[in-house]
Amino acid sequence: MRRGVSITGIGSVCSIGNNAGSFWDAIAQGASSIGPISALDASGFRSKLAGEVRGIDIRDCVPKSYRKATKVMARDTELAVMSAQLAADDAGLVTRGSPEGASGFSIDPSRTGCQIGAGLIAADTEELARAAVTAEGDDGLFDMKAWGSGAGGGGGMDNLPPLWLLKYLPNMLACHVTIIHGCEGPSNTIMGGEAGAILSIGESTRVIERGSADICFSGGAESRINPLGMLRWDYTGRLAPTHDETDGSRIVLPFDPEATGSLMGESGGMVVLEESVHAKDRGARVYASFAGFGAAQMGAPVFPGVFDEPDPEPIDGGLVRAINWALKDAGIDAGKIDAIVPMGLGVKQFDDLEAGALRAVFGDQLGSVPMVTLCPNVGNTMAGHGGLMVAAGAMCLHHQKLPARVHGGTPRAGLDAGKTEARDAALEYVLVCSGSLGGQAGAVVLKRAGIG
Amino acid sequence: MTDRRVVITGVGWVTPLGDDIDAVWARLLAGETAVAPVTRFDASTCITTFAAEVKDFDLTRFLGDRARMHDRAGLSTRFALGACKNAWDQAGLDGSVDLDRVGIYLGAGEGVLDYEPYMAANFAGWDHESRGLNAPAWATKAYKGMRPEAEVEQEPQLTATHLAVQFGARGPALCCMTACAASTQAIGEASEIIRRGDAEVMIAGGAHSMIHPLGMTGFMRLTAMSTRNDDPATASRPFDVSRDGFVMGEGAGIVILEELEHAKARGATILAELAGFGSTADAYRITDIHPDGKGGAGAMKAALDQAGIDPCGVDSDGRPLVHWINAHGTGTQENDKTESAGVRAVFGESAGRVPFSSIKSMMGHLIQAAGAVEMITCVQAIRTGMIPMTANLTEVDPLCGLDHVPGAARDLRDKGGVGVCLSNSFGFGGQNNSVCVRRFEGG
Repeated sequence: MRRGVSITGIGSVCSIGNNAGSFWDAIAQGASSIGPISALDASGFRSKLAGEVRGIDIRDCVPKSYRKATKVMARDTELAVMSAQLAADDAGLVTRGSPEGASGFSIDPSRTGCQIGAGLIAADTEELARAAVTAEGDDGLFDMKAWGSGAGGGGGMDNLPPLWLLKYLPNMLACHVTIIHGCEGPSNTIMGGEAGAILSIGESTRVIERGSADICFSGGAESRINPLGMLRWDYTGRLAPTHDETDGSRIVLPFDPEATGSLMGESGGMVVLEESVHAKDRGARVYASFAGFGAAQMGAPVFPGVFDEPDPEPIDGGLVRAINWALKDAGIDAGKIDAIVPMGLGVKQFDDLEAGALRAVFGDQLGSVPMVTLCPNVGNTMAGHGGLMVAAGAMCLHHQKLPARVHGGTPRAGLDAGKTEARDAALEYVLVCSGSLGGQAGAVVLKRAGIG
Repeated sequence: MTDRRVVITGVGWVTPLGDDIDAVWARLLAGETAVAPVTRFDASTCITTFAAEVKDFDLTRFLGDRARMHDRAGLSTRFALGACKNAWDQAGLDGSVDLDRVGIYLGAGEGVLDYEPYMAANFAGWDHESRGLNAPAWATKAYKGMRPEAEVEQEPQLTATHLAVQFGARGPALCCMTACAASTQAIGEASEIIRRGDAEVMIAGGAHSMIHPLGMTGFMRLTAMSTRNDDPATASRPFDVSRDGFVMGEGAGIVILEELEHAKARGATILAELAGFGSTADAYRITDIHPDGKGGAGAMKAALDQAGIDPCGVDSDGRPLVHWINAHGTGTQENDKTESAGVRAVFGESAGRVPFSSIKSMMGHLIQAAGAVEMITCVQAIRTGMIPMTANLTEVDPLCGLDHVPGAARDLRDKGGVGVCLSNSFGFGGQNNSVCVRRFEGG
């Protein structure tokens, strides 16, 4: 018999809330926080607004003995570590990272896994520039000979810290989490753009289903609010110019034909997944359970500079296949889905692909399925986003409620995606799905705890 | 679904020793090395001046005119496309396969940094007076000099995207970046995707190149690479007392994994079976391996478990059931010692009788691509009955002290050949992966 998987802990770190409760309260009330970037002087960039995480310090989220190690964490890793700690606390887990005397369920390290979605981490620009300028050649440019620290070299690279590389390996998100909490089971780091966390969560469910672990930390984290990250993301054609606007919620307009683009955010979106009987036996609170997972690849993704020829199919076929597989895996048809948590980037080209895919799955019924969109609240938080999306979907099922929806424009006809207040709703199944830069797509179907 | 078996029906690689399967295999058996001074950039003043580079790679040789579609792809993606073409052709996958059921799982690295305009922006962005970053100045220079196509191609998952566009795969597509363990993990995870029924065929493997200034810089700062600049050809010395670090390589390895009945139904030639996969985390330190090697041991044990093989068992001739362990064997002091300890923990008294060698001695460490290329050598060992040596091994470190196959490749054709191999890959941060490859036998 197939092992069941449930969500028993949520750790959301994003611009509108730094734990499960405050995140839910914020989306329920329609809070948005996408404002002028404070992490750096963004005046040289086209897009000057982002959803930045505030009011939480990495040093407060790790054991005292681990504080020194926070120096080798990139922002992405900090977000992962903070959200994993919150998820563990929320799930009532005691790990070796817990304070002495903490009460709760003590995890079995060998039966605990960790699958985390990550993005490409940019080196700290200031740290690299400080070292690089010590290797200036006669022409005023970077000089490799002056950079080398062997015979005849100027030793410029010695101005980088010895562990420099380890700060930027994407697997460091999962590695620090496994080290802090003592997770010795299967561990993975999945790169899938915006779909990364959904794919990670799907893979975690499979790890638990096949019996390789009973508990997994899963989700994703990413921050591109740094010079190289902002440049690269602008180059993907996904960012809106912000001009003099200071409130990003007026710019990010999911599925609005007038939308001018998306804005960045940063997040750690982590959940604790647990084998359902295991969860029941220890009396864990279950937010929602897993019903199905699907993943697929789009035929020919369109983005500037890589492939000129668009897919002849004007929809994200990968997303269609991922959703259909997840529905099949759940043993339900699309008519059973009570709400959808889509990406809803607010970039016309990608919204077209996504809405087209959803229409292909749901047909004319699409307009009667409410959507839960998070980009207007927190920005596109990339590898962490799917973790927030799954958390939102699970909490909708848990509270039997749909959160308020932020929208400063008018979504196209045939979608339930415009501005609304929060409302009670009878919800049995929620679909969470996303395509990505690169065309990788993932979908999970969540169900209300206790059904099926 | 758990009784679904996974077989290998195609293999392809692009390595510092070449890209033809049989030719590279012959060179490995002959103990040739591909390590030489770096030509891709001026590394002459670095503490390590050499690497194992892929030479004379031309994607049109593999894809003909269609290579043009990937003009903007970075080097490692091009390696992956070349390797995949050979694997795809060998598997004989054609128009009759349902592409919705063909997925991709890569342990592909980030693209090669376009470092000149990047460094120019870093120079422009440095404010000498405040000794800090001037982000607007950085942005102005960066927008001017850094090319969108080169930056977008840095995203590691785009390697999978290029393969999907080229070969039409539309099933589950994932990319894992678990450092040096990545492509072994990708192959293992891909096998699980087939086993559980989420796909019938998976393109799996990895690609990577870090032979660029900042890639090499990272490892030089960690003092992880050999600095034997006066003798690059023998610098990679896994298990030797004089080993002083790994040698950087680059390349790609791609295998076609397929559900057994699917392969049989279309009459595919089955090269070997992917019999087991194990994955663990050390949960110890980001820099060091657990001194007992328990994470590696756990991965090997789990892979053998899934394959149903008792590591301490022997066959009717008294021969251990595992015939070759393709070591992670990087040539760093710590890895080779702890990996050997892990093998001892798993194999007990049989440990010294299981050949345990490292091809990194000859082609260097292909980082995220290493595991896939090494897994293909397991397929080759099974097909040919030969086991590659550990080259440059003159004095075995007693702290390793197992059968590291020094001096010459081993011919096992008269001794029952090679039926079962393990291939290990471990990564920074304590990622341990092992796959078990077995000779395919009917059924």
